[in-house]
Amino acid sequence: MWRAIHRLGSPAIFYAVAGRLQPWCWALAIALLLAGSLWGLVWAPADYQQGDSVRILYVHVPTALLAQSVFVLLAAAGGVFLVWRIKLADMLAAAIAPFGALMTLLALVSGALWGLPTWGTWWVWDARLTSMLIQLFLYLGVIALRGAYTAAESGARASALLALVGVVNVPIIKFSVDWWQTLHQAATFSLVRPPSMPASMWLPLLVMVAGFYAFFVALALTRTRSEILRRESRTRWVRERVARTTGKAAR
Amino acid sequence: MGAGDADTGLATAWAATLGRELRRAGRRRGETLAPLTFFALVIALFPLGLTVQPERLAGLAPGLLWVTALLATLLSLEALFRDDHADGSLEQMLLAPQPLAALVLAKVLAHWLVGGLPLALLAPLLGVLLALPAGSYLPLAVSLALGSASLSLIGAIGAALTVGLARGGLLLSVLVLPLFVPVLIFGAGAAQAALVGGAFGAHLALLGALLALALLLAPWAIAAALRIAING
Repeated sequence: MWRAIHRLGSPAIFYAVAGRLQPWCWALAIALLLAGSLWGLVWAPADYQQGDSVRILYVHVPTALLAQSVFVLLAAAGGVFLVWRIKLADMLAAAIAPFGALMTLLALVSGALWGLPTWGTWWVWDARLTSMLIQLFLYLGVIALRGAYTAAESGARASALLALVGVVNVPIIKFSVDWWQTLHQAATFSLVRPPSMPASMWLPLLVMVAGFYAFFVALALTRTRSEILRRESRTRWVRERVARTTGKAAR
Repeated sequence: MGAGDADTGLATAWAATLGRELRRAGRRRGETLAPLTFFALVIALFPLGLTVQPERLAGLAPGLLWVTALLATLLSLEALFRDDHADGSLEQMLLAPQPLAALVLAKVLAHWLVGGLPLALLAPLLGVLLALPAGSYLPLAVSLALGSASLSLIGAIGAALTVGLARGGLLLSVLVLPLFVPVLIFGAGAAQAALVGGAFGAHLALLGALLALALLLAPWAIAAALRIAING
């Protein structure tokens, strides 16, 4: 088991394994997202109070979940990179940080679009909204700090440390709706109690959430692979691989 | 500096670092007083820009004082490690046999003693300018004293991460301001609660909890950040 993980930590092996997994992940993501979108936007019933605006749910919840999951993964990758100096962890972090920032932005925008018809306002300074906004700035800080260093290695370690420091915000977002009395509703899904909405609505939501996660995995694999190629472009295995695909002899 | 000798105990090295920082602050009075001047100046701008009606100013005063104190702290953070980095004493600190996290804590304590604490003491005086009622002076000062200590600790992480960068100032604020938000919420909350005659004890207790957490975790993060910034 540990040996398998260690082997996967090598960029060359990860590149090959990810390359084999990648098409399946993309196929799964596209299938789930298509099915979920059709189900959620066309066949699922409209809410008796909110009407069709409730369908924003099918985008808002998956993006908000991913925004937090990606940050946790970013911090975990940062920790692995700082402690064990596994380069692959940093390549993964570099590949997923912009995606996490985008998901946070999408969650905020879709939430604002949903807030106007239901709450009557684009924005309230509610605990969950504010902590999501802070998370967006933390993402931007992590990305900017990496770019600010001229030595790539230092920038990678600095941004890994910042991700570890910033991860304290994730539980604050998660529990903000339980700790403070706010406008935002409590969690949609829970492992310990049945969903508070009918199955005709939470089933398509579940499909959409799974689709977004599959999309994230597929994108992370693809982006990490190109990050590997970019950083390892001087190594022998990359040159040989490129030579094989382009048909030229390796030097 | 006295922290270089292997036989020197941690307490001696710690006291020497703290003493050095305080002496340095005393010798550069202009730089030390700049955040306080900034604080007073910006507070004087608000009545001119917003309103001169005392009752409306009093309602805004806790938030204005807190945000301005936060910005004044941010202003002073860039210099926290800059000179030590430029003249090489930061490398000496990294090489010292004493744990870096402890030495860094002495630096942060000095930063709070010459920065955050005077801000907290000055705030009630500026509160008078903003027509803040006398009953909120003490909660305001206590909340600022507790809160600015957390701000120094959290801000030092950002200052350490950006110490080696040529134009770290703007990046520093991007890194640090999001992390300042919880402190601002509870700090301004305490002063605001005192203003409307509510119970402010819970806010102060939460500020204290934040400070305890920051005291526990921030020194390690600052030390790790300094090692990254210096050694790469």
